[in-house]
Amino acid sequence: MNFKLILNIALHLLKARLKQTIVAAIGVTFSIAMFIALVSFMNGLNDLLDGLMLNRTPHVRLYNDIKPSEHQPITLTEAYKNSTNFIRSIKPKDIGKSIYNSKAIIAYLKKDPRIIDVAPKITTPVFFNSGTIEISGVINGIDVLSEEKIFKVSEYIIEGKVTNLLQNNSIILGKGLADKMMLTVGDIIKITSPSGNLSSLKIVGISQMGIAEVDDVLSYTSLDTAQKLLGEPTNYITDIQIQLHDKTIAPELSKEFREKFNLDTIDYKTANAQFETGSSVRTIISYAVGVVLLIVAGFGIYNILNMMIYEKMDSIAILKATGFSGNDVRWIFISLSLIIGFVGGIFGLLFGFIFSSIIDVIPFKTTSLPTITTYPIYYDGIYYVIGIIFALFTTTIAGYFPASKASRIDPVEIIRGK
Amino acid sequence: MENNKVLETIGLTKYFYDPVKFKVLSAIDLSIDHGEFVSIVGKSGCGKSTLLYLLSTMDTDYEGQIFIHNELVTGKADKVLAQIRNENIGFVFQFHYLLIEYNVLRNVMLPGLKLAKYSEQELEHRALEHLKTLGMEDQALKMPNQLSGGQKQRVAIARALINDPLIIMGDEPTGNLDKKNSNLVFDIFKELTLEKKQTLLIVTHDTDFANKTNRIITMEDGRIIS
Repeated sequence: MNFKLILNIALHLLKARLKQTIVAAIGVTFSIAMFIALVSFMNGLNDLLDGLMLNRTPHVRLYNDIKPSEHQPITLTEAYKNSTNFIRSIKPKDIGKSIYNSKAIIAYLKKDPRIIDVAPKITTPVFFNSGTIEISGVINGIDVLSEEKIFKVSEYIIEGKVTNLLQNNSIILGKGLADKMMLTVGDIIKITSPSGNLSSLKIVGISQMGIAEVDDVLSYTSLDTAQKLLGEPTNYITDIQIQLHDKTIAPELSKEFREKFNLDTIDYKTANAQFETGSSVRTIISYAVGVVLLIVAGFGIYNILNMMIYEKMDSIAILKATGFSGNDVRWIFISLSLIIGFVGGIFGLLFGFIFSSIIDVIPFKTTSLPTITTYPIYYDGIYYVIGIIFALFTTTIAGYFPASKASRIDPVEIIRGK
Repeated sequence: MENNKVLETIGLTKYFYDPVKFKVLSAIDLSIDHGEFVSIVGKSGCGKSTLLYLLSTMDTDYEGQIFIHNELVTGKADKVLAQIRNENIGFVFQFHYLLIEYNVLRNVMLPGLKLAKYSEQELEHRALEHLKTLGMEDQALKMPNQLSGGQKQRVAIARALINDPLIIMGDEPTGNLDKKNSNLVFDIFKELTLEKKQTLLIVTHDTDFANKTNRIITMEDGRIIS
């Protein structure tokens, strides 16, 4: 088949109907541009929210949970080994929050090639004393450098620096807590530990996660300070947080470590199931809107091609009479449609990028997200690839039916009618 | 003797089904030799145009057999028939059917571009030659809507000639033209038969026109009567 000739005929037909062609192409442009802008924006948003979650949740966390013993005495008894035993009123057992042999475990994990870094942590409830009242809160004793590497804590520090925690007896307070107690950087705060120890810490920073419930209770201090506060030795750790190279294997690793170290483990997916749901729903919505827009554009192309075929009956008839087969005629109209789809699609990608860039600079300030200043946009080449494939696919489908109709036109009927 | 036949039909029969089954052509046996200038005449409704469209391979719904250049074309696929039309048959209709998107030269070249036997430059040259013999070379770059009726018909003839077809078929090619232009078109046809031994098969109801051709086929009620 002579594609050059077919393309040439298609182009001339388009030129003769330039206005309609442009309208059809604008339809495609608009829908692709909206699709790109929408998907980029939605994914920017997903990314932002995922970040919010992932910056607080390690991929895998090892800890000791309070729970009933798996092996109750009766199951250990030979006599009842093969029986079904019912036990009522089992009470959970606290084996202590401290992870046994933590230093060895951390050293082992740090050698694992699947793991980026390991951050030990101490979490403990405390009372912050402000004059006569006590406010309950939580202290996270962190290994400052590892924690910064994994969770980028500094993004949430709105006053002071996270490295200030390396000083002895220092603390970074949540913004909610600081506001409640009217404290600022440089002030001293008195803290009561669960065992009743009273200590004074110097405030070296204020943090804001953007989640009021967290900011109202959470504060950071270094591992050493937390251990001193609790009166525990330097191997006292309550959590081991693991950051992976590939976070998708978190559930399997979580299981592996549970068996290996005889600890409780939780992966980030289980810990934040609701985020995953939100993300996938938002993605589905943006794709659905894009597809709907394209279908509408497809109908536009279908209409215009149908009209064009009625107008060009004579031309189709003579093309067939002079030796163009039905297939050639079909290809002429499919290429017409493809040209509209391609040109419209390319402009759509361009405008999609422009729209995304515009959204990207629109100011968006919210107290809950201190690090965000503009609407989030996620740029990804794959959206543009999907966009142009969508455009070509829809226009081919929209063009195929009119084109097949044109290919079936009987030239004798047209020519005899004159 | 066989080699001289350009077109031959054996027992060509055609029915129209709408609104009732009706026999338009019954058992037509016809043969046209190379270099003949044939006209088909008959009253309107006698089936002469129908016969032409069967012979042109555009209408494939018939009984019987058609041979073009001693080759059976009955039952061939749409694509093959298109190729045969492209290579062997030139058409001139009552209406010119020029593509308004293309200029005169391009219109003439179009079937040639489809055949792709010659390069584009060569085709352009050949198209200009044909236009020149028809006295149209100075209109080559005009658009079809800038031409008169007679001029358009001459462009259509040039288009029919571009692939050096075995046969040129005409369906009332002078039907829309005045006497002067009619004569002009006839003279062109006459010249083609005399100088280039071009085979022509023209359906017409213009008896003056028909009387000047070498052979007249008269049809009545779907049969050839002389």
